[in-house]
Amino acid sequence: MSRDASQPVTGVAGVPSRRHGHRAVAAVLAGPALVLIVLFLIGPLACVALLSLTDYQLGAATLNYVGGKNYAEMFSDRVFQKSLTNTLLYVAITVPGSVLLGLGAALLIEADRGLRTFYRAIYFLPVMATLIAMSIVWEFMLHPQFGIVNQLVKALGLSRIDWLQNQSVVLFTLCGIGIWQSLGFNMVLFMAGLTSIPKDLYEAAAVDGANSAIDRFRLVTWPMLGPVTLFVVVITAIRSFQVFDTVQVLTKGGPNKASEVLLYTMYSEGFEFFRSGYASAVTVVFLVFVLALSALKVFVLDKRVHYA
Amino acid sequence: MTGNRLGPFARILRHVVLMTLAVVIVAPFVWMVLCSFKTQSEILSAEIRIIPHTWAAVENYTAALTRVPMLRFLLNGVIVTLVIFLLQVLVNLPAAYALAKLRFRGRSAFLGLVLLCLLIPVHATAIPTYIMFYKAGLLNTYASLILPFTISVFGIFLMRQFFMTVPDDLIDAARVDGMSEIGIVWRVMLPTAVPALVAFGIFSVVAHWNDYFWPLIVVADQALYTPPLGVAFFRLNDQGTSYGPLMAAATISIAPLVIAFLLAQRRFIEGITLTGMKA
Repeated sequence: MSRDASQPVTGVAGVPSRRHGHRAVAAVLAGPALVLIVLFLIGPLACVALLSLTDYQLGAATLNYVGGKNYAEMFSDRVFQKSLTNTLLYVAITVPGSVLLGLGAALLIEADRGLRTFYRAIYFLPVMATLIAMSIVWEFMLHPQFGIVNQLVKALGLSRIDWLQNQSVVLFTLCGIGIWQSLGFNMVLFMAGLTSIPKDLYEAAAVDGANSAIDRFRLVTWPMLGPVTLFVVVITAIRSFQVFDTVQVLTKGGPNKASEVLLYTMYSEGFEFFRSGYASAVTVVFLVFVLALSALKVFVLDKRVHYA
Repeated sequence: MTGNRLGPFARILRHVVLMTLAVVIVAPFVWMVLCSFKTQSEILSAEIRIIPHTWAAVENYTAALTRVPMLRFLLNGVIVTLVIFLLQVLVNLPAAYALAKLRFRGRSAFLGLVLLCLLIPVHATAIPTYIMFYKAGLLNTYASLILPFTISVFGIFLMRQFFMTVPDDLIDAARVDGMSEIGIVWRVMLPTAVPALVAFGIFSVVAHWNDYFWPLIVVADQALYTPPLGVAFFRLNDQGTSYGPLMAAATISIAPLVIAFLLAQRRFIEGITLTGMKA
């Protein structure tokens, strides 16, 4: 349609403008998507922000503006404080764990040809298997008495650990499941990053005397992988902020709120107690974190475009 | 990296490390399947036995399929994921074409809106969307499971990027032949977009087959449960009493995707990692 671009806005003498023709067609083609964007994305997003300033409870006849009351209540609430710190701790553990293991797996798999497809398939399996089903399998494996993990722990002469009911252990257990689930995803992103590194860079490095694997990694792989790594870190952080399935099905935030996380707080306030106003305030906090990370991602993506 | 051949020692070390990690990663899958073949008493016994001593596969899988309507859950999963994908194509493909190939006022604003919406996580809109369905009396219906996902700004963005690479001559030729713009979308653009659509389709089906958050919120009626809700329900119902059937239920719920993945590994990995752009 480059021809159209050069045409004047108001069509040539008597001929109806192609622009206007496109306008009607565009309305037909893009209209439904636009309506649905307003209905299911922009509208609800604006509503969440507005609801967080009200005392609305689902089913209530009235709704009052309460200003920052929900936020004040939230930040002084022990459950919310616990939820926020747990979520940040979960992200702080899961991100480095799954990024470093993903990177290590990608480097090792790409280092040689043997069983490459096999390893990639195995490592990727948890990414696409239903997390709820696999969480239940993990719960079974982590059972305090007859779970295979504790049987192995006992066989090693150590004392059993109550993985999901011990307050000081439970969040780390969930981090472990989170890392198990997501490292294959990061591995694939790193593998794509590795294959895009030009081979002549390694040859050039070899000419300059970089012969050991460590030198090659330090001088070529790592600098070239920098933007990809930043990108992987940010999207892993975004995904980790959204931890919900494992918590809802395995711990309900317990014991004693030791595994309470933001989305679970939002879920229980909004959909179990139906305190929609308060739950919206929790959502806004969640959203602020995710949007900040997304903004960073857009920035990183732009950078990658410049590199390419 | 491929150019550097490893020495024999490094080669063995590579396999030792990768195999160890692989065993840990695959362990839950293997254990799930093995225990779905075992009797309850064997599962609860103190000694570790990998291979089942007494086989109870038939009993366990029969229990998984009959104690809860597991086949119904699977059917719901198929209905929900396929209808979501079809509606996503119907809604988002024309919009992507308009953004890529038509000139109209407001196009860049629309594109900006799509890019902005890419940043919205699904959980952020849950409360108002739920209230909307509640007011409309649509909770507990297939519609509530499907409608919020018919719009995929990610799909629009992805297909728009793809359509940008389709030469204008192809479209102009179709116009000269008298084809309407809508005809062009479905008879010219759609066939060229099949590879991108397959990748998007895998991404979409995997995401919605596995989704737990939204179905958990909008569906209370067991007849509408999708597989993740079904397995969670099975666990609640039978907690601590029958692990064999529970593992059988878990195996059944992940089997369709895992089998499809093993058959078309590369396509699955491509499709799912598309989310790298989305998260």
